[in-house]
Amino acid sequence: MKKPVKKKVGNTSLRFRFRFLVGFWLVCACLLVFRAVDLHVMQHDFLARQGDMRNLRIEPLAAHRGVITDRDGRPLAVSTPVTTLWANPREVIENREQWSLLAGNDVLDSAELARRVMPYSEREFIYLVRHLAPEQARKVLDAGVPGIYSLTEYRRYYPAGEVAGHIVGFTNIDDVGQEGIELSMEQTLRAHPGKKKVVRDLLGRVIQDIEILEPAHSGNDVRLSIDLRIQYLAYRELLTAVNRHKARGGSVVILDSRTGEILAMVNQPAYNPNNRAGLAPASLRNRAVTDVFEPGSTVKPLTVAAALEANMVTPRTSVDTRPGSIRVGSKTIRDHRNYGVIDITTVLTKSSNVGTTKLALSMDEHMLPALFEQFGFGHSTGIVFPGESDGMLPLRAQWRDIERAALSYGYGLSVTALQLAQAYQVLANDGVRMPLSMTRVSQPAVGERVLRADTARAIVSMLETVVSTEGTARRARVNGFDVAGKTGTVHKLTENGYADDRYTGLFAGVAPADDPQLVAVVVIDDPRGEAYYGGEVAAPVFSRIVTGALRAMHVQPEKTPGRFAGGDSPGGRT
Amino acid sequence: MQTREYLNQLPSHQRGPTSADLAWRLHLDGPLLAALLMIAAFGLFVLYSAGGENSDLLVRQCIRLTAGFGAMFLLAQIPPRTYRFWTPVIFAGGLVMLVLVLVVGTEAKGAQRWLALPGIGRFQPSEVMKLAVPALVAWYFRERALPPRLRDVALVLLLVFVPALLIGKQPDLGTAILIATSGLIVLFMAGLRWRIIGIAVLLVSIAAPAMYFYGLHDYQRKRVDTFLNPEADPLGTGWNIIQSKTAIGSGGLDGKGWLNGTQSRLDFLPESSTDFIFAVLAEELGLLGIVLLLGIYLFIVGRGLWISLQARDVFSRLLGASLTLTFFIYVFVNVGMVSGLLPVVGVPLPLVSYGGTSIVTLLAGFGILMSIHTHKRLLG
Repeated sequence: MKKPVKKKVGNTSLRFRFRFLVGFWLVCACLLVFRAVDLHVMQHDFLARQGDMRNLRIEPLAAHRGVITDRDGRPLAVSTPVTTLWANPREVIENREQWSLLAGNDVLDSAELARRVMPYSEREFIYLVRHLAPEQARKVLDAGVPGIYSLTEYRRYYPAGEVAGHIVGFTNIDDVGQEGIELSMEQTLRAHPGKKKVVRDLLGRVIQDIEILEPAHSGNDVRLSIDLRIQYLAYRELLTAVNRHKARGGSVVILDSRTGEILAMVNQPAYNPNNRAGLAPASLRNRAVTDVFEPGSTVKPLTVAAALEANMVTPRTSVDTRPGSIRVGSKTIRDHRNYGVIDITTVLTKSSNVGTTKLALSMDEHMLPALFEQFGFGHSTGIVFPGESDGMLPLRAQWRDIERAALSYGYGLSVTALQLAQAYQVLANDGVRMPLSMTRVSQPAVGERVLRADTARAIVSMLETVVSTEGTARRARVNGFDVAGKTGTVHKLTENGYADDRYTGLFAGVAPADDPQLVAVVVIDDPRGEAYYGGEVAAPVFSRIVTGALRAMHVQPEKTPGRFAGGDSPGGRT
Repeated sequence: MQTREYLNQLPSHQRGPTSADLAWRLHLDGPLLAALLMIAAFGLFVLYSAGGENSDLLVRQCIRLTAGFGAMFLLAQIPPRTYRFWTPVIFAGGLVMLVLVLVVGTEAKGAQRWLALPGIGRFQPSEVMKLAVPALVAWYFRERALPPRLRDVALVLLLVFVPALLIGKQPDLGTAILIATSGLIVLFMAGLRWRIIGIAVLLVSIAAPAMYFYGLHDYQRKRVDTFLNPEADPLGTGWNIIQSKTAIGSGGLDGKGWLNGTQSRLDFLPESSTDFIFAVLAEELGLLGIVLLLGIYLFIVGRGLWISLQARDVFSRLLGASLTLTFFIYVFVNVGMVSGLLPVVGVPLPLVSYGGTSIVTLLAGFGILMSIHTHKRLLG
């Protein structure tokens, strides 16, 4: 009987234990369900966000910068896609044993990789090599070292190179304009990369595009007023002249006199925006707008224009320039030689300082400065260009005679090459000043009248004599066309006053003289050769550039070609 | 007393032959089989997504499941008394094999767990012990007075811990613990006195810190550290658990949809088709999917416990309960680990995780359970 009893005890115990285990089982099950609810419902938002943070990424959508072209659509600055290699240093270092895949790679070898990633073992992004040609980047990517990735960027390429370098400028490696039009029109040109949301896996591969958050917009194109053919001509001729005369620098500005568009603008020294290694900062300056000089004799036509405008004289009015000098206050102003009694036209032809001094002293003291200001001196031209200088035009309440005299032949004020070109544009355009423009003008703006039309025409025809055999700039002549212009040879202003033996050679002119279309200004800075007169160093540059430019613009010659051919005796005075 | 028990069991006897006649004849338990098939099918579904839609993987898993169900069917045909008879032999054989594993076993992933059988392939003796250890304890108590005396307890503990230590030596701590637990469950079911249980719990809680510092491998200690504070090394050892919690939580109520789980399918979740497959399911099918899966698991366990309770003899009863609860411990440990309730232990989710001989072993265990259920009449 004992055994069954024991068994009974065992059985009840067993049943109880069963119930206990069932209870334990239910508690555990509840625990699991509770945990599931906790994670799924209570912590859902947090964990879902954590999940998204792991695999959702915002990726840039590449967009390129606007194209800069010349007036006829020839490219001056274009963006080409390039591949940039970047690395996740942490991942690269973890896979150190695979670096040997890059051994001897000519784009990025394993030693270079080690040197680049080792200092950044805690980072997850560093640039390895930027702006590679896609096929070069492929060489590295195909090696298959884990942790090296690529992205597409755009690199600026400047087909015209050095020729348009100063105008176009350049961008930095992040595609932001640094100089020239690239800088001044950054807002227009700038690309607006978009953003897209993508799903990436653990290795960073994009699995799926989810949505475009912001569409990518390429930058707007800019069509400049520049004519690349004329620009190239100007570049070539200026370079030749600067080299021949051992000049320190130089500038050429060419305007369309009817619209105010800048057709060409070149400087020396220049630089190649495609390769800026070892670039001297001085080469960066677009001297035509940043550097000022005293315009000297090139403003004499403006002085004469003031006198004509005031009806004080006519082109035939006589001026007594004897004995070739005039005393103003304590200074003596001299001509190159004694021209005797000459008419106003001859004052310009021979560039008589005495003649313009007499004109200036006979007019109201504020008249000449006021007119100069209307020509645009002392103010920025209004083109949008970084670093443009205002020049300097003194405006005084009281003028001493010597100051008035100096102003009449171009001392005591300073201008840029562009400002000088603007003043001649007024003469060429029947006295109407057009706003200058770096971009192509489709609808010409309304200009501002500065001179009477007859005054302007009279000045231009007087300036034709300068280019004649009698004048200072016969080497500015252009085969087949009458041209007009004025030379200038200015003593350079140094720290110790005017230097006796350092000059700036100038020529400013219009072409064709009877129906002006072009204005050109040539500045040769500090020529160290034997020649230094504007008529010798600057006028030939004008001649060559204008010859080509008129041909490029399909302007019909109105003279038999060759009429002035052969006149190469050195002409030119101040 | 016996009469009452018999009467209690009558309905099931009657129901058996009538409602599931065929199943009964084949010694299968219809509801249990149905639930197991559901889990297996569910698992294949999840595995298809977790394995990156790899059909090879699926085919291999199907082969394993077929083998498992085959083993279940075969083992269900064998009456419990045969098991009872052969248990000591099988246990002894298993023990010899465990020793052999340590001496001539095949190594993989830093652990020596396999015996290479010429012509058959690799074989993991610890799988046999998963069934043999609880069976042996049940066999030991088959005719002894219950509750067990201290001497019996000591002997049983020895029988349980020798194979467990051998397996832990491989090292395969997860399996060792599971096997020890299955043996201890039998001991508990046999009516181990609460006094002894209390003392044991006390000893374990004293020994646990000592174990932590002296008894564990470095990687095991690290797992415990990680469990206590996964954020301490989020990119290293904590990564698995943080990722799986993230995957589970981002699923939400109804999940991201089948094949649409980002964490798992984009390789953020490690071991996504094996030990951490539960997280894939949770992410893609959400809370609803989990509740469904856990529901089926709970049904299986409930059915198993019920069958054990109905068993006619002590051996069957103890063995059935142990097999069922071991299955449940698998589920609990795996789900607890994946959801961050328990430290990371390499335990697969039963019938769902890819691979492993454990599928065959588990289904074989259910075969024994079905045998216990369907051979009652004959025994009586």
